Amino acid sequence: MTTPVIELAGLTKAYNLGTPVETEVLHGIDLSLAEGEFAALIGPSGSGKSTLLNIIGLLERPTGGRLSIGGRDTASLSEAEITQLRGRSIGFVFQFHHLLPAFTALENVMMPTIIARGRADDEAEATALELLDAVGLKAHALKKPAALSGGQQQRVAIARALALRPRLILADEPTGNLDTHTADDIFALLREFNRQSSCACLIVTHDPRLAARCDRIVRLVDGRIADDRPAST
Amino acid sequence: MKLRLPFAPLVALRFLREGRMQTLLILAGTTGGVAVIVFLTQLITQLQAQIVDRVLGSQAHVVIRPAEEANRRAIDEAGFASIIEPRAQRLRSIDQWENIARLAADMPGVTAVSPVVTGPAFAVRGQASKSVALMGVDAERYRRIVRMEEYMVAGRFAVDGTRAVIGSELAKDLGIRMDDKLRVALPNGRDELLQVGGIFDIGNKDLNRRWIFVTLPLAQSLLDLPGGVSNLDLTVADIFEAQPVADRLRGATSLTVESWMQTNAQLLAALRNQSVSNNLIRSFVVIIVALGIASVLVVSVVQKQKEIGILRAMGASRGMILQVFLIQGAVVGAVGSILGSALAFTLLNVFSAIYRNADGQPLFAAELEPRFIAMAAVVATAVGLLSALIPARRAARMDPVQAIRS
Repeated sequence: MTTPVIELAGLTKAYNLGTPVETEVLHGIDLSLAEGEFAALIGPSGSGKSTLLNIIGLLERPTGGRLSIGGRDTASLSEAEITQLRGRSIGFVFQFHHLLPAFTALENVMMPTIIARGRADDEAEATALELLDAVGLKAHALKKPAALSGGQQQRVAIARALALRPRLILADEPTGNLDTHTADDIFALLREFNRQSSCACLIVTHDPRLAARCDRIVRLVDGRIADDRPAST
Repeated sequence: MKLRLPFAPLVALRFLREGRMQTLLILAGTTGGVAVIVFLTQLITQLQAQIVDRVLGSQAHVVIRPAEEANRRAIDEAGFASIIEPRAQRLRSIDQWENIARLAADMPGVTAVSPVVTGPAFAVRGQASKSVALMGVDAERYRRIVRMEEYMVAGRFAVDGTRAVIGSELAKDLGIRMDDKLRVALPNGRDELLQVGGIFDIGNKDLNRRWIFVTLPLAQSLLDLPGGVSNLDLTVADIFEAQPVADRLRGATSLTVESWMQTNAQLLAALRNQSVSNNLIRSFVVIIVALGIASVLVVSVVQKQKEIGILRAMGASRGMILQVFLIQGAVVGAVGSILGSALAFTLLNVFSAIYRNADGQPLFAAELEPRFIAMAAVVATAVGLLSALIPARRAARMDPVQAIRS
């Protein structure tokens, strides 16, 4: 068996550590995601979904337990190494597109490559154009995000998340802000890339309809995994 | 081939362009600040140079004179009451002045040495007599001390035999024209009939009334100083190095050596005060510009919180974010220095057209020295960079999660 893309063991997260208002929001999470897996993370609001996603995305550090990305334990990594690992192996899709308003769609898709390599190059531009083509926005490559519709913005964000061919895509309610029809499109797009590139996807969603279309559903309640089952059953 | 900027300058420039109004305002502030500094510096430098030039137009940079005579007590015991009368200073020659002149000429920084014999006399014509200073010079050598040929209104600056050069005021007072005769009488009873071979106007009425230039030997014999000179006039390469040169010469000769800076101590003090107030104004302007840049960037960091978070999520390090904001400060400073220098140049042109001397000449030239533009560029860029430091550090420390959520 290959090493899992992510592996969490007894992971905890507490805020305001050492103060009277200390609160633990995640109480020992065990979770692993294999290559090519497409999992939904569901649960009521306040259950710790976003926190868990941020920790897996290396935006926050866990309080306890172990988090490995691609078999690499992250506890011993320095801030700089964490940043680099995040940039190269994780693609984010946020609820609100979070594109950079000062840059065109094309530049936004190139940005992860520019950050990783220090500057843009022809290859990065070609890749970015291919990705925009794949999400059906090649014609809008030179538009700023403000000139695009909500669905188009989210497509650009997906293209951006895929720019460096990451092994893991994390999506925080990627369709939460869109109408049903557009949401289906976006979901289908993620699903397609997951099949093509065999990257692992973890998608936070409130929509049971979309969750049902994933391979696996992880349900989080009060900071614990309540159940973790294949979607078909 | 497309121009592909590295990450930090690319994002910095885009952020500046995006924040239009803010960027324009802070650029205007920086431009104004730079313009004030450059304009003021250029103006004061020019005016000071003019004043110094005018003062030194009729003066030697350094003058060597014989040591003053003083009385010494043969017996110096406590308990002896004695009253010592100060000695009157008679006209004396510098001992072995040829050697001293050679020594001075060999001193680094000295460009010309001219022996001068000078003493009091009366210029007499008909019933009128005027008190004058007889100046025995070698015209060729003296020209390198005071540019006399530039001041000639009639004839040439040349002396030989009994041909003399006098000032325009004296000529007017005595009703003398070129080639007229003029008698000088000395306190020791000697006198001589001179022929006027040149008339100068040095721009100073007092000197125009007093100076009569004759040959060195004639002055020596009239003043009873055969073969001697009363002082050596020196020109130095760098006028503000006159004092050290004078000090070194004093040490080497134990004669009285005075630089123009000592003779014109008050003028120098005034120039120095002007420089101090100029520096004060410049410092305040720099501080105000720095505060302006810093405050606009602080606001920009808050506004760009989300973008900073996104960039961090995509793998941008703290160092990269720090650079983005430092570059914004430096760019504002650099562009401001260029625009500010251009504005200063315009101001110089406008003011030099408005303000004129009594003779109709512009008070100062409408030119901007490249070194001041270079200075402005370096200072403004450094100030921009430094004032961006606090906002940039704040941006770099921002928690990406907080930034994205807000």
